[in-house]
Amino acid sequence: MYPAPSVIYFTTLTGLGFGLLAWLGFGYPDVIGKTAFFLYLLGYGFAVGGLFASTYHLANPKNARKAFSQWRTSWLSREAVLSVAALVIVAPHAFAQVFLGGSVPALGWLGAVACIGAVFTTSMIYAQLKTVPSWATPATPLLFLGYAAAGGALFSGQVVMAAILLVFVGIAQLGSWQLGGELFAEAGASLETATGLQGLGSVRQLEPPHSGTNYLLKEMVFQVGRKHAEKLRWIGGGLAFILPVVLLLLLPPHFLTLAIAAGSHVAGVLAIRWLFFAEAKHVVSLYYGK
Amino acid sequence: MTALPKTCQKKLGLVIDLDTCVGCHACVVNCKEWNTSNYGAPLSDTDAYGANPVGTFLNRVHSYEVTPAEGPAQTVHFPKSCLHCEDAPCVSVCPTGASYKRSEDGIVLVNEDDCMGCGLCAWACPYGARELDALAGVMKKCTLCVDRIYNENIPEEDRVPACVRTCPAGARHFGDLGDPESDVSKLVAARGGVDLMPEMETRPVNKYLPPRKKDELTKGEALAPKSTEPKGFLAWLDKALEAL
Repeated sequence: MYPAPSVIYFTTLTGLGFGLLAWLGFGYPDVIGKTAFFLYLLGYGFAVGGLFASTYHLANPKNARKAFSQWRTSWLSREAVLSVAALVIVAPHAFAQVFLGGSVPALGWLGAVACIGAVFTTSMIYAQLKTVPSWATPATPLLFLGYAAAGGALFSGQVVMAAILLVFVGIAQLGSWQLGGELFAEAGASLETATGLQGLGSVRQLEPPHSGTNYLLKEMVFQVGRKHAEKLRWIGGGLAFILPVVLLLLLPPHFLTLAIAAGSHVAGVLAIRWLFFAEAKHVVSLYYGK
Repeated sequence: MTALPKTCQKKLGLVIDLDTCVGCHACVVNCKEWNTSNYGAPLSDTDAYGANPVGTFLNRVHSYEVTPAEGPAQTVHFPKSCLHCEDAPCVSVCPTGASYKRSEDGIVLVNEDDCMGCGLCAWACPYGARELDALAGVMKKCTLCVDRIYNENIPEEDRVPACVRTCPAGARHFGDLGDPESDVSKLVAARGGVDLMPEMETRPVNKYLPPRKKDELTKGEALAPKSTEPKGFLAWLDKALEAL
């Protein structure tokens, strides 16, 4: 799949933003005043920035408001509804913490659940697609939620929780990389089943349907990423998990330590999310002999 | 809107005969011609006369080579367009309600006034049947020529999809696949029509007829050569060249 920057920023930033807002909604850490202002600014900044980035993926954004209408059937629509709901529900709790020195725990909790829902529905946009077997697995929502929880803990300054979650999510990501490669074959699609010619013999492409490129090839038969996948996994994993965990465990919990760990984590997650798209193989590529 | 209908009164679709298709691409051209000038936004081309032309098409013809375990390989031309699936994943993923499947005839359509061009329906389709138009920014797909098949302003013989009307080999058939007594249903039954990628669980309405088994020469069937020695002019040429 083509790793469009808009969807990479969308999934990465909304994950971090809603992860952070969920922790704050649950009261971890229970902050007021300037600290609360700074943390909510980050949370809202990431979440809104990510949602804004997603609109760059639309070829006809003037109809974007209609995406709130099909929540009964569409995961993308559910994501839109829950994202906005989460931002609205957390707001009074945030306002009370920042400006009034109190809190609205009921709305905080409800908002936090909506934040988790927003991350889950985001993951289901990808996990629902049978056509991309490496996404159509429970690992996709689990990892998206894991990244949001770990990133949120890191940005909210919960050193121990962040370190534990980073280790768990790092191991889960490693496991997903190990097993993910076989999902395409397990889905059972081949050029033979794609053409219905399995009864006749083995099939190969003789001539493509068009000499130039097209939307399908550009969007769904992207193959550049596979060449450097191994190296990028090391870079992504090193920046997202290893370096932050080492920094959190070895250095004193200073603001600067946290800032470097968080920055490294974000850079690593962006690289891993790039791979999530670039490595994913869509079954339509079979028709093009790829 | 993006909920799939529980049942469709008709299941209009295509039956494509892979035995007969000669790979001439006439269906591709006529599809483009009809659909760029009728229903919805035109099918745009970019750099049409330049070095890297790219365009939107609703129907494309692939060519494959099938090699059996024994015997010679065979070329199969393979036209591919929307299969108007009964469990169309492109419809239920649509967030705006632009994608829908009609309960009266099962045709899958896009309401371009609602489409935001997110491309998720194209990702959900296993067959590459949907292409986002680069200029209009909306998703384009086969309409089964919905503006021809019910159109009383055109002669009756033209009230079939443009690809079917134009096919010079008679490799494309149009009809109601929900009616077991229809010509297309009988054809599918007689020829063992198949679904593409059944493992994707889309239940396509369109069916493909696999190529018929070809005649094979059995041993001893061929006549033995009647003559080994050249005669007449060739015999003279043979001798003359020999003498040189």
